Amino acid sequence: MKRWIPLILFAVLAGFLYVGLYLNPREVPSPFIGKPAPTFVLPVIGQPGTTFSPEQAKGKVWLLNIWAPWCVSCRAEHPYLMQLAQSGVQIYGLNWKDKDREAEALLNEKGSPYVVTVDDLDGRVGIDFGVTGTPETFVIDRAGIIRLKHVGPIDDGVWQKKFAPLLQELEKST
Amino acid sequence: MKLTALLFAFALAAPALAGEAAPNAENPEVEARINKLGEDLRCLVCQNESLAGSRADLAEDLRREMREQMQAGKSDAEVIDYLTARYGDFVLYRPPFKPVTYLLWLGPVIFLGIGGGVWYVTLKRRRKMQDQIQPDSEALKKAAALLDQ
Repeated sequence: MKRWIPLILFAVLAGFLYVGLYLNPREVPSPFIGKPAPTFVLPVIGQPGTTFSPEQAKGKVWLLNIWAPWCVSCRAEHPYLMQLAQSGVQIYGLNWKDKDREAEALLNEKGSPYVVTVDDLDGRVGIDFGVTGTPETFVIDRAGIIRLKHVGPIDDGVWQKKFAPLLQELEKST
Repeated sequence: MKLTALLFAFALAAPALAGEAAPNAENPEVEARINKLGEDLRCLVCQNESLAGSRADLAEDLRREMREQMQAGKSDAEVIDYLTARYGDFVLYRPPFKPVTYLLWLGPVIFLGIGGGVWYVTLKRRRKMQDQIQPDSEALKKAAALLDQ
C-alpha cells in the first residue's frame, strides 16, 4: 500500500491540473446574479431624443447584450443574435464605448438584432454592470432581477446549454 | 548663435514633451491614493496586472471612477466597496477572510503543519532505528581487524 502513495498523490495533482486546463479565467463570478439590474437612462442609437431605461422592459424576460463595433467576437455572434431575435427573444443592446461612433452605420448595414440599443459612450453603465470586456450578455427576468451573466460570444452550444433552459423556466413563471 | 541656443533649448525640452502627462496631476494626493489602492486591486482585463499598473482601457476608466469618487470625498473603503459591488472579491488581491476563503488563507498553515508532522515522525523513526542497531563486541573486533590490515 505504502509504495502507492506517491502515485496517488501524483494522480490527484495531475487531476487538479487537468481540470485547471479547461477553466476559463474570464468567467469571473458575477456579484449581480439574483440582484436587481443597475438602473440607467441612456440615449437610444438611431432614434435621436429617445432614451431607454431598464424600467421600460419590466414585465418582460429580456437579454442585455453588451457589445461594441470595435469588438471582433461581437461580430462573430451577430448572425446568431439575429436568429434569436427572429425567433422572438427580446434582446436589448448596450453599445459600449463606441468612441468612433460606428454603431449606427454598422447596424444599418448588417441589420440589428436589438429591440433598441443604447449608447454608453463613456462606459459608465458598463462598469455599473461589472463589464470587463465585450461581448457580455445578461438575462433579466420580469421583476428586473439579473439571472445569468455570460462572458464571450453566444453560439448555439452556449445558447442550448445556458440560456434556453433558463429562459423557458422564466417565461413560464409569471 | 541665438538660434543655436534656441535649438538647444528645444532639444532639451523634447523629452519633457514625450513624457505622458498624468491625467490629473493637479491633485497629487488623490493620485497617490489611487496608486496605493490600485496596487492591491486586480485589473480585470489583464488579470495578472494591478489596477495601478495596467494600461488597459478598462483600468483607465476604473481609475477615472476612483479619482472622481475620491475628489467627491469618498474614503478608500467606500471606493473599494464600489468596485467589489461590481466586480466581486475577484478584484481584490487580498481577498477578505470569510468561509469561502478559509482554505485559501489557512491552506499554507495547514500544509506547513502536515509537513512538520511528517518531518517529526521521520526523525523519530530514524532515531529509533539507530538505537536498535547495537553491534556486538565480536563484530566490532572483526571490523577493527579488517581496518588494521
